[in-house]
Amino acid sequence: MNMETTPQALETQAGDSGISAQASVIEAKNLDLTFQTNDGPVHALKDVSLNINRGDFVSFIGPSGCGKTTFLRCIAALEQPTGGTLTVNGMTPDEARRQRAYGYVFQAAGLYPWRTIAKNIKLPLEIMGYSKAEQDKRVEQVLDLVELSGFGGKFPWQLSGGMQQRASIARALAFDADILLMDEPFGALDEIVRDHLNEQLLKLWARTNKTIGFVTHSIPEAVYLSTKIVVMSPRPGRIHDVIDSTLPKERPLDIRDSPEFIEIAHRVRDGLRAGHGYD
Amino acid sequence: MMLVLLAVIVWCAGWWVNSRLANSPQSQTRLVQLLVPGIFGLTILLVWELLVRGLDVSLVILPAPSVIAVRFAESLPILWADFMQTIVKGALSGYVIGCGAALLTAVAVDRSDFLRRGLLPVGNFVAALPIVGTAPILVMWFGFDWQSKAAVVVVMVFFPVLVNTVAGLRETDQMQRDLMQTYAASYWQSFFKLRLPAALPFIFNGLKIATTLALVGAIVAEFFGSPTVGMGFRISTSVGQLALDMVWAEILVAALAGSAFYGGMVLIEKTLTFWHPSQRG
Amino acid sequence: MKSLTAILTVVAAIIGLWYAACVPMNIKGVLDAAERAGAEVTPATARERRDMGEFGLVAGNSFAIADTWVQDRPRLPAPHQVAVELWNTTVEKKITSKRSLIYHGQVTLSATLLGFAIGTGLGILLAVGIVHSKVMDMSVMPWAIVSQTIPIIALAPMIIVVLYSIGVQGLLPKAIISAYLSFFPVVVGMVKGLRSPDHMQLDLLKTYNASTAQGFWKLRLPSSMPYLFASLKIGIAASLVGAIVGELPTGAVAGLGARLLAGSYYGQTVQIWSALFAAALLAAALVALLGVIERVLLGRMGVRS
Repeated sequence: MNMETTPQALETQAGDSGISAQASVIEAKNLDLTFQTNDGPVHALKDVSLNINRGDFVSFIGPSGCGKTTFLRCIAALEQPTGGTLTVNGMTPDEARRQRAYGYVFQAAGLYPWRTIAKNIKLPLEIMGYSKAEQDKRVEQVLDLVELSGFGGKFPWQLSGGMQQRASIARALAFDADILLMDEPFGALDEIVRDHLNEQLLKLWARTNKTIGFVTHSIPEAVYLSTKIVVMSPRPGRIHDVIDSTLPKERPLDIRDSPEFIEIAHRVRDGLRAGHGYD
Repeated sequence: MMLVLLAVIVWCAGWWVNSRLANSPQSQTRLVQLLVPGIFGLTILLVWELLVRGLDVSLVILPAPSVIAVRFAESLPILWADFMQTIVKGALSGYVIGCGAALLTAVAVDRSDFLRRGLLPVGNFVAALPIVGTAPILVMWFGFDWQSKAAVVVVMVFFPVLVNTVAGLRETDQMQRDLMQTYAASYWQSFFKLRLPAALPFIFNGLKIATTLALVGAIVAEFFGSPTVGMGFRISTSVGQLALDMVWAEILVAALAGSAFYGGMVLIEKTLTFWHPSQRG
Repeated sequence: MKSLTAILTVVAAIIGLWYAACVPMNIKGVLDAAERAGAEVTPATARERRDMGEFGLVAGNSFAIADTWVQDRPRLPAPHQVAVELWNTTVEKKITSKRSLIYHGQVTLSATLLGFAIGTGLGILLAVGIVHSKVMDMSVMPWAIVSQTIPIIALAPMIIVVLYSIGVQGLLPKAIISAYLSFFPVVVGMVKGLRSPDHMQLDLLKTYNASTAQGFWKLRLPSSMPYLFASLKIGIAASLVGAIVGELPTGAVAGLGARLLAGSYYGQTVQIWSALFAAALLAAALVALLGVIERVLLGRMGVRS
């Protein structure tokens, strides 16, 4: 068991009920973010406190405007909170960004059409200064991880939507970042492809043991993938419920029909309903 | 009279052939798509020839295509000299300098949001003005020879290329720029790997427009003063002598040069922006 | 509003650079005149000065800097000189005077507008024909596109002289040049606009069993308005250039092009600059007017700018 002796880690360990204490990778305390827009201030995040431990798979689920994407972007230092504290690997998010501590996967694959898949995966590696030999090696590795071996020479527009998104994930895995942040990466894909990619993502997570933050709109997806589900509600964006999943780490797709799964899904749905308030 | 009648027949025949081709099941093929405008052009030439001869149109009003072709063939040395002076020395050098300066300026402007917001409207404004009017001023500064013509071309191509390049550099969407942020990429890394390739379709849009502007600028500038060589010079003096077949021969050279220059740019564009939806058809 | 400060800053910077550029550009002329008037100039002879660089002359004769902005026939007139000339030839002169820029502007403008109207009218008709007839589309459209790569303005002198020789002069030949210069951009732009409605919209009309004419008036024509106006702005600028160039071959005495030509023959640089500015202002005004019409028309069609 990893035990960090920083005050925050000890606090976390004391607060965790029954779960073995692990290194806390992302810590948010009373995080606040208010946007100033033309129509007045928008309270995107209010009083958000959350700990994400090493190796966790945390899903963020909630209706539009609940702040799930905003929170992910704060971790990535793409947004600046207006109150509270947020640390990533013990430093500020911006320092973590400069140290290339995480990979980010957007909703759209966002591959460069003028580069082949292999060259697309090399993009972060080129920027971060890896050697050519190292670049080639890593491209082979991640293409294998996402089952796209052999497609390195193709252009993005020659691949299907699902394959492009896999390439985008491969790009985020290519460099050594312990954290993977994913913002509704499978939202634009059809159900069958989605199921397949969910399975692959779990396998990948098991192999690489990264800490994953995952934003989604889909209840089954959130319950299937995560060790921890954060249900959020809007206006102002806040955490409504944090559910620690009781499902085992090994999860075949048909675990989605088990009574445990359905129970957790129920809890998520109730949380969403309570927070939604159709107004 | 016979010839006029023949002209009418040729016109109807041409139209009929094209009609059949355009409505045939093969109308989508490359061959037919090239054949139809080709037949149309040929028909126009034939009708022109027949009408000029049939109606006995004077040489000082409109020469027949055959007369122009003969004049073209016998004047090749002069036409070549004019071509070199106007197109190569005047238009091309002005084009390279003007486009190069515009690209560099666009990169500089891109770094400053303030400069961009100020320069873009001014640039759009200037691009719409009759720049050829600067020709007499530039002739006064640079003399009669090709340098003043190149200067006119520089002024003419600068603003359209600048405006298009700046717009292209802004084309990257927020998501792409966020991705670069997550890589902690420097400004120049982001510039060369993302923004410049993404801007190429826009840059080529400007460069293509600039090819025609360069030719127009070089030729019209010569109307304001030129040594005894050059296409604009030849056109204005031949017009003065009513040697219209020579004028048409020069216009033919201008047409060939214009389409070749533009076509060349299109080929380069295809190579460099093969990935853009507009190029993939 | 933020853009306004940026624009004003850029314009101010341009004017500043302009004044600065006047100094080295005009210094030789100023020093020649100063030497003739008996002032002390470094170096003293014109011959020596001819071989020196402009900046060296400026450095050595800083007393002459102020004079570079008020020369009689400067190589580069200062902004205020141009402004004064513009004022003198517009406001201070009667509109009917042969020296009034407004008179000359109106001569060029009438040719521009007539040609623009003819070119646009014919262009729209041809565009409608191209969109509705496959034969016209396949035979004519490629040539319309190719014509945009050819400098057809080179035809201008010939048209002027040929029409002159059959007795047609003045407004009409220039209008013809303006017409064909605006014709092709309007054809290409209008065809693009008439073809802009997506298939879904066209299919809907089919389900109503709408006739081609109904489809044209109710769908294609309204959809083409933004494209049409974009081409009209290009077309009117081209028409103006055509009218100006049309005044050059026969040595016309009226019109902005004629003023440009006269100024260059007689070395009247300030006259050239003021004529050029008048042409520029005219072009800007015409494009702006089209912009206003566009905003009003499109606004009434529900397009938010």
